[in-house]
Amino acid sequence: MTDAARVREGRETRSRVRLVVFVLVVALFLALWGKDVPIWGGCTAHLTVCGNVFSIGIFQGMIIALIALGYTLVYGILQLINFANGDVFMLGSLLAYESVSIFKALGLPISGSAPIAEIILWLALTLPITMVLTALLNAGIERYAYRPLRRAPTVATLISAIGMSFILQNAGQKVLGASPVSLVQGSDPSILSSADVFVLFGEIHIKFSHLFVTAITIPLLFALVWFVANTRQGKAMRAVAQDREAAGLMGINVDRTISLTFLLAGALAGGAGLIVALYNGQAWWFYGTPFGLQAFTAAVFGGIGNLKGAAVGGIILGIMISLNAYYIDPRWQEVVVFGLLVVVLIFKPTGLFGSAQSERA
Amino acid sequence: MAVTTDLKGGPRRRVMDAMREQRNQKWIVVGLLLFSMFYSAFFIDLRNSPGIGDLMHAIPLPSVNNIIVMCYYAILALGLNIVVGFAGLLDLGYVAFYVFGAYTTAVLASPLFNIHIAWWFVAPIGVVVAATAGVLLGAPTLRLRGDYLAIVTLGFGEILPRLARNLDSVNVDIGLTIPATIAGIKLLANDIILIPQTRLIGPDTSITGGNIGVNPIDPPILPIPGPWGDKLIFSNANPTASFFLILGLLLLVFFVCVRLRDSRLGRAWMAIREDELAAASMGIDTVSTKLLAFGLGASFSGFTGAFFGSYSTAVFPESFNFNISITILIMIILGGIGSLRGVVLGAFVLIYINDALLPFLGGFVDQPVQAVGNAIRGVPIFGDILANFTLTSFNYLLYGIILVFMMIFRPEGLLPFAARKAELHGEGISSGETFGSDSEQAEAATEFEEQEEGGLPGEPPATPESTDGGSTPA
Repeated sequence: MTDAARVREGRETRSRVRLVVFVLVVALFLALWGKDVPIWGGCTAHLTVCGNVFSIGIFQGMIIALIALGYTLVYGILQLINFANGDVFMLGSLLAYESVSIFKALGLPISGSAPIAEIILWLALTLPITMVLTALLNAGIERYAYRPLRRAPTVATLISAIGMSFILQNAGQKVLGASPVSLVQGSDPSILSSADVFVLFGEIHIKFSHLFVTAITIPLLFALVWFVANTRQGKAMRAVAQDREAAGLMGINVDRTISLTFLLAGALAGGAGLIVALYNGQAWWFYGTPFGLQAFTAAVFGGIGNLKGAAVGGIILGIMISLNAYYIDPRWQEVVVFGLLVVVLIFKPTGLFGSAQSERA
Repeated sequence: MAVTTDLKGGPRRRVMDAMREQRNQKWIVVGLLLFSMFYSAFFIDLRNSPGIGDLMHAIPLPSVNNIIVMCYYAILALGLNIVVGFAGLLDLGYVAFYVFGAYTTAVLASPLFNIHIAWWFVAPIGVVVAATAGVLLGAPTLRLRGDYLAIVTLGFGEILPRLARNLDSVNVDIGLTIPATIAGIKLLANDIILIPQTRLIGPDTSITGGNIGVNPIDPPILPIPGPWGDKLIFSNANPTASFFLILGLLLLVFFVCVRLRDSRLGRAWMAIREDELAAASMGIDTVSTKLLAFGLGASFSGFTGAFFGSYSTAVFPESFNFNISITILIMIILGGIGSLRGVVLGAFVLIYINDALLPFLGGFVDQPVQAVGNAIRGVPIFGDILANFTLTSFNYLLYGIILVFMMIFRPEGLLPFAARKAELHGEGISSGETFGSDSEQAEAATEFEEQEEGGLPGEPPATPESTDGGSTPA
């Protein structure tokens, strides 16, 4: 390693540390001066509230991270902000809803009061099917809406992606109706129990739904990271992301690699959609926009194009949203999210883990 | 000598041609204006008359209110065109400045604070506020380009409508309890420092009306007596008068845009759009030029916002969302980015489709489709969709399809600006950051040749001579 490289790396690490410290200070600030914390009480006096706020944030952040990975994968390879990713995610929750309807039509009503074996069967069928369908959809979008624009400027593809997002949203709205629809009927308990599983330090409640989210999200995250880092196809993806033309000259099938990236992104978005539908107990055609933008913010925050960054960024963003919801007001959520996005893009466009590609910003 | 005439004759002839073309177009414009004035003035009478009225019911003619919406969207599109079309800065949060214009009117001409300033003074204030906001929000984004700029502007476009929604209980304190407690954000809890507060604004003042918005807002009024009463009110209750007002405003804005495009500033914008580095090295101050693009684009939006608030006599936070920004973007893409005629056409076509054509067609299509839907109610998904079918609710699907197809098949738009069209078809200079890419040239060049051989009828092939856009008429 040359001196210059070492210096650059040192500088990057320092600025990364600075950013993390900044975020933590902001979080601490919010935690200390809460609405029910009189003076300098802070987390120690109110571990219940503060700990729970953090834990909820972490679990919600995992879902955001899952969608953020889709954004970051596609951005890494095409330098395209795939606006439609959020809406593919929405279709994941739509498929979960439809799958419950289909099971009900087959005489197997799925709800919290259904036998556990039935729920497991439902999940074992629905999760893979949802992921496959959304993956194919995402790859199809790439094939027909983005690939013809491969040689056009990225802004043209970006506009095409916005168009796809509109199309998917409208389709979702037609299927689900205008308002959020509940997965289970009336007074049935929701599929995912929100009972406490255990209580940490006698204060922090860890719910079953949280564990469920973790049990699906973490393996998916690690599988993806492993796939990109260790497999031949993953290597091809990294090569195409680095230099599409050179990768093509080396014999990598660029089109197929890009299709694969969209397949992976679509599968992750679909899985996240299913998890959110279960976690919130409902599906909504408009889920794509808020979750998509949050996930994109997380991806940018972590350093777009970087898988680890997207995961960490998602979790930090989840914590911030949760802190905001408790200590400030949920209706300022978008302002906090977009405020963070704007601040990160303006002051550190490469994010937490991004490489210094100044020409991108 | 022969050489000099040759050198001089070329451009001069081109200018003459352009002027002749411009004159012809002037007549078209005047004719259209007269027609639309006649149309709007007598629309209701015509529709109620037996012969023509039946005919008007049989074809989807836009109502006067539709035309007003078309006109103010055209102004919005012209404003966004300055930012996106001229300066090449993709702005996905244009609605932010619309919010500024509309809420300036709401604050200064409504019972909210019991301030009632005449619209003719409020509108310029709205313009100044929006332009200032444009410069302030534009300033931090100057370093960004391409898709990052798009995302930051999108962020602003999402934040500002939230502010409009949430600023309904504001307390601004002075005294030692500095930073203000803004709408529930208690940066410093009041019980830390127990000093009597002097409230500047508050307690719980609603600045924007929150979710319920501001209603009513004073419409523009001219104290001219006439057949319409003792004063002329330009509100949605009086569409004919409002039509003339908005038409006048549209013409004014269009004229300003033409002059801007041909000005030194306009050429500087286009130079930046084509190649920022080269423009900077030619002595263009890119910072102030870009800021002016943001500011001027925003001022048009503020102007329209001020009109919209007064004309509809109410503003609601729901009126301002991401979809509005994108709708305006679709208009300029549909019409032709950078082309003033195209942008106006795009706005007219899109609003016409949305407000007049879809409801009209829906009148024929909806009921039969719903009947089919009711017949197959048992079929999952499709049964429900068809049973609740309304054609108008598919507008965003249509917008999405327009965006995707325009990007793939006709990125230069319906009525492209000559220079842009030539560029997209393989002529002239282009850069990767604009909508015509250098890598696209190879493919586009063949398309261009086909066109020259008469591939697309009715469209004069773009020649290299027509690339000097300065003299091209709008």
